[in-house]
Amino acid sequence: MSLLEAHGVYGGYGGVDVLNGVDLAVDDGQIVVVIGPNGAGKSTAMKAIFGLVQIRAGRVRFAGEDITNARPDQLVPKGMSYVPQERNVFPSLTVQENLDMGAYIRDDDCSAELEQVFEIFPLLQERRRQPAGQMSGGERQMVAIGRALMVRPRLLLLDEPTAGLSPKFVDLIFERILAINALGIGVLMVEQNARKALGFAHRGYVLVTGANRCDDTGPNLLANPEVAEMFLGG
Amino acid sequence: MTDVLQLVLFGVVLGGIIALGAVGVSLIFGILRFANFAHGDMMTLGAYLALIVVGPLALPMYVAFPLALAGTAAVVVGIDQVLFRRLRRTAPVILLISSFGVALILRSAIQLVWGPDNVVYSSAIQLPWRFAGLRIRPDHVTILAATIALVVLLHLFLRYTRMGKAMRAMSDDPDLAQVTGIDTERVVIWTWIMGGGLAAAAGIFLGMDTRLNPLLGWNVLLPVFAAALLGGIGKPYGAIAGGFVIGIATEVSTMFMEPVYKPAVAFALIVLLLIVRPTGLMRGK
Repeated sequence: MSLLEAHGVYGGYGGVDVLNGVDLAVDDGQIVVVIGPNGAGKSTAMKAIFGLVQIRAGRVRFAGEDITNARPDQLVPKGMSYVPQERNVFPSLTVQENLDMGAYIRDDDCSAELEQVFEIFPLLQERRRQPAGQMSGGERQMVAIGRALMVRPRLLLLDEPTAGLSPKFVDLIFERILAINALGIGVLMVEQNARKALGFAHRGYVLVTGANRCDDTGPNLLANPEVAEMFLGG
Repeated sequence: MTDVLQLVLFGVVLGGIIALGAVGVSLIFGILRFANFAHGDMMTLGAYLALIVVGPLALPMYVAFPLALAGTAAVVVGIDQVLFRRLRRTAPVILLISSFGVALILRSAIQLVWGPDNVVYSSAIQLPWRFAGLRIRPDHVTILAATIALVVLLHLFLRYTRMGKAMRAMSDDPDLAQVTGIDTERVVIWTWIMGGGLAAAAGIFLGMDTRLNPLLGWNVLLPVFAAALLGGIGKPYGAIAGGFVIGIATEVSTMFMEPVYKPAVAFALIVLLLIVRPTGLMRGK
């Protein structure tokens, strides 16, 4: 039984399907990457799993429980955390307050999680009193991911975590994602930096026009000439 | 010179009252994303609820004050649950017009019960205290002290409590707040509690400063909105500054204009603001 399973998901915005029968699975502790051309529905698939986009048909299961069309605030307590691509921090709140918001649903002591986030992202500890809106793109991304980690998730959903970042930050973020995964946290990631992401993913899914094109282990997809030609520009 | 200072003093008292109203408007706009046209009448409601306690029940104002705030907060949350909750995801203008309807209902209900005439909390005449050539009524001191206390309490609430931070988060980005797992409906209820309570306080102080009648709050709605806009809509601290600016400007204007034109000051300031710096002093939305 996988940690996360999506079977035959159809859905989209305002009655129009963007997803045409998507299948995805993430096993405990895996890093799974979703790649594909623009408009393929990668972000939409992630949003549908997290309850932000209406699923018209199909099923999503998390830890064996049916969570199809569950609301985000129902999924966070179950151990799923989502980092949107844009507007993923509270700009007028400090770094520390952003992290506090991440732990909002918990009424127990979360100092252990805070320690862990500061270990993964030492910069955040330095800048804990800085308003998040004043930080650079890469630094904001750290705040965003740190916020999502505060709830002790079993699965982290990341929508293009390295979009628009400088190469230095791209490598840094990917490296930190590996460190997070090493703690046993599963990662489902939509990525445009496909080549680099597949390099360390356990599994990769290629989505085209809202449907699965192929899926395989990360290294196999990298070696696949068709995938390389169509999707691995950079 | 003392004349100007006296006017500034009046302006500071009026400014405090407007600031309390403006902070509520700003909070509600920041989190619920609409201009609450019923805010003035929520102030009136608070003032009249205090009247029930001070009048027929003959209890002192310091008992009436918290009761009126609690009562107003309860009514306002009730209005939200019955009406505004069904309109959460509609266009802001729909919420605005429906708040206008709520304003009319509140005002008419108050008029039905108490009639359209002026009433006062107490017919006792207060002798003003004098210092440095300036006059100040004891009521004014009470109003100022209470306003400062309320503002400080609000600041502590927003800055240090879990719900206060959640309110600031939701004001920044309601979608991200939902994604983070924050119970957004609970934040909305607390926003109305704070907004309604602050409006009631402003209404009571205004009633203490002048007289009560059903149009009490409606008449200051324009300056209250002006102050909220001046400070940057959605920024509570800006609204406080805006309130004092409007209050002082309104009172000092009587040096150059007939007092009957006082309401025009707020209006003129809004027009000027929208031309020069539409986002306000603290760059609101």
